[in-house]
Amino acid sequence: MTALHDLTARDIASQVRAKKLSAVEVAKHFLSRAKSRDGALKAFLSLRETEAMAEASAVDARIAQGKDPGPLAGVPIALKDNLCLTGSRTTCASKILENFTVPYDATVIEKLRSAGAVFIGKTNMDEFAMGSSTENSAFFTTKNPWDVTRIPGGSSGGSAAAVAARLAPLALGSDTGGSIRQPAALCGVVGLKPTYGRVSRFGLIAFASSLDQIGPFAWNVGDAALLLQVISGYDPKDSTSINRPVPDYGAALKNGVKGLRVGLPKEYFIDGMDPEVERAVRAAVKTMGSLGATVTEVSLPHTDAGLSVYYVLAPSEASSNLARFDGVRFGHRSPKAKNLLEQYELSRDEGFGPEVKRRIMLGAYALSSGYYDAYYLKAQKVRTLIKRDFDDVFKKVDLLLTPTTPTPAFKAGEKSDDPLKMYLSDVFTISCNLAGIPGLSIPCGFSTEGLPLGLQILGRPFEEERVMSAAQAYESATKWVKAPPEPA
Amino acid sequence: MSLTDEDVNHVARLARLALTDEERRKYLGQLTRILAHIQKLTAYDTKDVPPTSHIVPLNNVWRPDEAKPFANIEGILANAPEREDTFFKVRKVIE
Repeated sequence: MTALHDLTARDIASQVRAKKLSAVEVAKHFLSRAKSRDGALKAFLSLRETEAMAEASAVDARIAQGKDPGPLAGVPIALKDNLCLTGSRTTCASKILENFTVPYDATVIEKLRSAGAVFIGKTNMDEFAMGSSTENSAFFTTKNPWDVTRIPGGSSGGSAAAVAARLAPLALGSDTGGSIRQPAALCGVVGLKPTYGRVSRFGLIAFASSLDQIGPFAWNVGDAALLLQVISGYDPKDSTSINRPVPDYGAALKNGVKGLRVGLPKEYFIDGMDPEVERAVRAAVKTMGSLGATVTEVSLPHTDAGLSVYYVLAPSEASSNLARFDGVRFGHRSPKAKNLLEQYELSRDEGFGPEVKRRIMLGAYALSSGYYDAYYLKAQKVRTLIKRDFDDVFKKVDLLLTPTTPTPAFKAGEKSDDPLKMYLSDVFTISCNLAGIPGLSIPCGFSTEGLPLGLQILGRPFEEERVMSAAQAYESATKWVKAPPEPA
Repeated sequence: MSLTDEDVNHVARLARLALTDEERRKYLGQLTRILAHIQKLTAYDTKDVPPTSHIVPLNNVWRPDEAKPFANIEGILANAPEREDTFFKVRKVIE
């Protein structure tokens, strides 16, 4: 018999709905598994034992009363700790929010609640989602379940590690420059950044508002599609969410890739890239061809500018968003301050970690008088050029295939002293956020050291169903859905 | 271009960050390197290219100006570093 934690989220929900499994049984299983394994992995910042059991009982009660428990009935889900869930400590892995308890639900949480999901815990991340390894968490670094000497990627590293180790069948993350796709690739799971505006950002603690999107983690494409289905849609509380119908993602998965035109952007296959990554991605492209896709080489000429544009725009938006942490209404207030200015300056200096301060400084500089035109405005203009690259290329092809990351998971400490080196680990994922398009990472093999590798599939705005149907066809044709070995 | 100590002090003040001397030294070096990388942008011709501030062409999303009650007021105030009744307590703004 398949262990409970090896069931898909869809199987769990259908068995709970059919009363073959109780939501309480499921919650107990995952909580006890998380408690026994997470000491070594450190994926969770907090587990919600009591609350999750109560939520599971409520699902069972709904079923007993003959009510519809929802499409995620009894499915445990892990939440990145920048998502607001009423009554939960929500820290963004920052000292400044160490004791912050959220008074309201994010829109995605409301949707998940009514879909019958059970919130089992909040996951570790880089502080305020700034980073690519979880090493910027103010509390601890999460381990990669495939090799605990390595990082899980970031910033949603805790969510990726939790799903990879089957501590939860589903998780939510947020992606500003690759923070869902990069850890998904490094942990060997599926991660999707939806089109900007597809999912409400209300209740996601903001990093860079023009780039942030919430998205699903799962260990298979079908479960990711189900989770996206539940969280998508227009929300009057997020004025940047888009009012257009949500397609039936599950039904679209059958469509395959036959007849689709797939492009390989030559700028993503660069000299000096890891040969194992390149080999795996080229093999994946060949598989897509054998499944009926037409493959052509294409060009995104402004790819090289992506990282620079991102490291002007994201820190600028962050410096503005994080101005709200002033020690007045919530968060850390320095006991040393003697006046109002000191209260701001000391509370922020004591509360924020080094990477957050670095980005606030960078953003404040780019926005400051005399430098605004040279940095911020210039970056916004080059952003237009990057977006036009994608507009042009999507006239010729339906999807783009690229590596998700330049290398497999790196060792903890390997890049943490060199911010620029760390920033380069997002080089293949950043443009997708700048252009606002959907992007998915799916496992496409393993390095000789046994580390997972990721294939990135990019699509036109609001064509998540096409991205996922290609991913589904690839997943079905290959054998890369694997869980890391269980510790002895 | 390279940053000066004064630039770092100025930006730290703008960002309301009381940095230690060690932090100032560290950020001077790191920000200089990052800005050098960002200089790449000058190589792109952006004459007549409009800026993209937001990827979705939305302007002025209006909604009716209606008050909606929020029940969990205590949940908000419970996070206050200092409070008095239903108020946030702050320092004197004008000395």
